[in-house]
Parts: sequence; structure tokens; C-alpha cells
Amino acid sequence: MSKSVTDVICPFCGTLCDDLEVVVSDDGKKIEDIYNACAIGAEKFMHAQAAGRVTKPRMQQPDGSYKEVSYDEAVDFTARMFYKARKPLMYGWSSTSCEAQSIGHEIAEKSGAIVDNTATVCHGTTLIAVQDVGIPSCTLGEIKNRADRIIFWGCNPCHAHPRHQSRYSIFPRGYFTNKGHKNRKMIVVDPRDSDTAKMADYHFKVEQGRDYELLSALRVALRNEPLPETVAGIPREKIIEVAEVLKSGRFGIIFFGMGVTQSLSKNHNIDAAIMLTKDLNEFTKFSIMPMRGHYNVTGSGQVLGWQFGFPYAVDLSRGFARYNPGETTSNDLLRRDEVDAVFVLGSDPGAHFPISSVRKIAKLPSVCVDPHITPTSEISKLHVPVAFVGVEVGGNCYRMDNVPIDARKVVDPPEGVLTDVEFLTRVNTRLDQLIGGK
Amino acid sequence: MEGGKEKDAYTKACGIIEMDPSDLKKLGAWRGTNVRVTSKYGDVVVKAVEATQGPHPGLAYIPMGPWANSVVNPNTYSTGMPTFKGTPVEVEIAMNEPVFSSVQLVQKKCRGEA
Repeated sequence: MSKSVTDVICPFCGTLCDDLEVVVSDDGKKIEDIYNACAIGAEKFMHAQAAGRVTKPRMQQPDGSYKEVSYDEAVDFTARMFYKARKPLMYGWSSTSCEAQSIGHEIAEKSGAIVDNTATVCHGTTLIAVQDVGIPSCTLGEIKNRADRIIFWGCNPCHAHPRHQSRYSIFPRGYFTNKGHKNRKMIVVDPRDSDTAKMADYHFKVEQGRDYELLSALRVALRNEPLPETVAGIPREKIIEVAEVLKSGRFGIIFFGMGVTQSLSKNHNIDAAIMLTKDLNEFTKFSIMPMRGHYNVTGSGQVLGWQFGFPYAVDLSRGFARYNPGETTSNDLLRRDEVDAVFVLGSDPGAHFPISSVRKIAKLPSVCVDPHITPTSEISKLHVPVAFVGVEVGGNCYRMDNVPIDARKVVDPPEGVLTDVEFLTRVNTRLDQLIGGK
Repeated sequence: MEGGKEKDAYTKACGIIEMDPSDLKKLGAWRGTNVRVTSKYGDVVVKAVEATQGPHPGLAYIPMGPWANSVVNPNTYSTGMPTFKGTPVEVEIAMNEPVFSSVQLVQKKCRGEA
């Protein structure tokens, strides 16, 4: 007889769905079926079960091949790397629990490391903009129950946050939105006819990289000031029409993603988007929310925030916390050869950093802690497999609207595999011994 | 992405460049041809496919992954964020060159072999 585990948290994207049902074999070792999850979420649960999973740490040999080592050796190698390094980089933290992040930060303080999370290549520019101009935001529950004007700017939730629209933003019938999507007007800004754009009431096919102009044009339209004939490829009449639609709503929300944070104007795009939200609040109630990618990147920002005061790129190498994006951010540090060791947990910079940064990681002493085989694990000196958070071990996570949710354990990890928390605790203890001269 | 980055499925999903049919025609390439994409910052061989979320003539799209990261602009302009979007590229047919898997590609790039 198999049993069903209900209310499981999905450890994939920032939507952090909390209604999954997982059917587990009687001995609690095998996942048999998953209900309610999106295709990507289900894949993540199933991948934990895939054949050929690495269950022992692997050390890179001089010829580039990998040899299995014990967890004790892996702990010792990692602790010694931190002990020797003058300025190690600790990157990742978005696919793990807040508990593991906290232990990682202890290690960082002791070894004078720089702690940076995946926001650095994701919503880091959003965080800069928030520090510049603030952020009027809300929770996803409020959006479900109230929002009737939804903007998706430079994001494609159909593919990246597949259940976002059905659970919160477009389709659900809420307290004040009892007709579901019929109550809502959907506006999408994207240079491509993305699948999200195809669903929209209004699609602004903005010229690539011209979001700042379009955001400014909407602000101008709200003030009834004159506009040129087209802005960023969008005719004036359309901009004025949409500005009126936004004004006429009862509650609006701007969701934005990588289309604006990674294009050239970066934090200035977000500045403008937040100021547009502020302007709209002259007419109605409006909020803005970043579409956070990893399931716990928000949590990493939170834990760093309450421990050191900054949400990412925290430099502890001088014995106190410093933060200066452009200087203490991973890609800048790597490109300028300013770090002498790299520790990656719960992320894959090998695949997601520009290749010039990846080359630098390959040359440095490096440890990659990740349940998967990834390009990062295959260029690191040591790869430590761990249990999947949210599948094989529980832990606290933060949803994209900063709501903390406890992830649940569904099955046991493979025999002998440590969790992030266990591995980091052992590294921390070993580092204490090394510092104490043992 | 969650199914294992060392697997073929990841290469099939991300080792591609989505191009507008009119651009494919200009290039003289069939759908499914391997092409070399070159920017100021590097080059990579990927498979050219027809845009699934088009039309967008003049605009090409490589999904997030090591293939895209071989050609993007790594400058952060003091924000910490590399300029992942809007990199000008040239595309040429490279029919006989293979598309490497993610692990192969990154290892080769790191060793200076590709």
C-alpha cells in the first residue's frame, strides 16, 4: 500500500506552491506519483529518484577525471580551503533552506568570505532599485483576492512560473474578483510574442532594451502630457489607452522579470517601474513585485538582511559587513581575480555565469555542493552531493512575496547522503578545530 | 533544467538559437542546422530552430544556459549584473561542427579547447 503526503511544498520556483500531493511507497523511500505540480516541479521530484544519482563526494584528479572520496575527506578539504583562503567567495544559497544559509554565514564570518546569492545575476538590480526608491508591494493572496489590473513586464510565467497565473494572478476567483480572469485585464510587455503575451488583453511588443523609455512614456501619459508618435515601437494611442486602463482599475500589480533586470539599463529600469507604481497610486491602489526565480532566493536575501543588513553581495573579509554591488558581486570579483577560493551551494554558476567568470572558477580551489551533476560540479575540485531540500529534507523557505513557508520532507535521502545543514555543520566544526590549531 | 543538466534533453532545450523564419531564409539555413553564433565576447555552436514565440525578425534567442553564456556581454557596469540580454551577434552556418553538451562545453571552454 502506498501512502499519500498532502500539502507538500514545491521546491522549484519562487511561487512556492503549497498544495502538492505526493504518493510515496510504503517504506517511505520511493516517490510513485505527484499531483498538482507543474511539469518542472514534478520533474524535480522525479529527478531525485533518477538512476545514476551521485551519492558520494567526488574529488577532481590531475587528469580532470573524478574519484570518489568519503564525506570526512570532503569536510576536511572544504574546511582547509576556507582556512587557507584570504578572501573566499561563497555563492549560491537560493536552492537551500534558511537554516543552511545561516550556518553558511557563520563559516563566512570565520573565514572572511564574501556571501553572494543568485540575485546577483537575477534580481540584484531590483534590490539596488528598491534601496534607491523603496517598494510598494503586497502578498500573492492580496493579488488573488483583489487585483484586477495585472502587468507582466519582461517575464514569461507560462514557462518560468507555470502555476503563478492559475494560483494567484489571472485565473483564481478571489473575494473581490469572483469572476476570475474575466475580472482582470492582463497587460504583457515583451519583445517576443511569448506564450504569456498571447494570453494578454494588451501586448506591448517593446523594442529590445527600450523598457525605460516605455515606462517613462506611461508616466507621461498618466500626467496627460504630450508624447511623441511612437515610443519604443509602441504607438502613442496605445500607450494612452493602456494608461487609462491602469487608472480605471481598483487594484493593480506589476510583476517584472529578467527582461528588465538584465537588459542594459538594469536598476534604472526597475527605478522607473517602481516610480510608475507610485504614480499610479495617485489614481488607484497599485503594487509591484519581482518574479523571483529560485524557490528560496528571497529567503537568502532575508537571512543575509537580518544577519548583516544587506540582501546580497555581503563582503565579510574586513571583519565587518560591507556591500557594494559592482565591487562585491560575484562576477566582478571573479573577473578581477579578487577571490582565491570558490564555494558554491545550491546554484550552478558554471551554466549561468558568463564563460569568462566560469573560467576563473575552474582555475581556483573550488567546492560545489549540489545534489545534481551540473557544469559547475564538473569543473570544481570537489563535488559534494547532498539531499534535495523540499524532497528529502525539510526547511524554511521564502516565497516571492516574502512569506515564509516550511518545506516538508517527503522521502528519505539515499543511504549515507548528508543534508546541506549536516555538511555545513561539519565543515563549521572542522574549521573551528583548524582555527584552534588542531 | 530540473531533469539533469548532463542529459541530452538539456542540450536539446537550451543548446539552440530560436530565429525568425525570415532570418533563417536570409542565412540560407534549414531548420535544425548547426550554426556558429559569434559576438564580441565569444562564440558557440548551437542548433538553429524556428522561433516558437515569434515572429521577431532581427531578434534571436538562446535560452539561459552555458551556450548563451558563451556569447553574452559579461560587463556589469558596476551593478554586479552581467548584461545577459541584447548582445549583438553574427550567425553563420556550421553544418559539420557538433553542438557540445553543457558539461563538455564548459569543460572545453575552461581548458581553452573550444
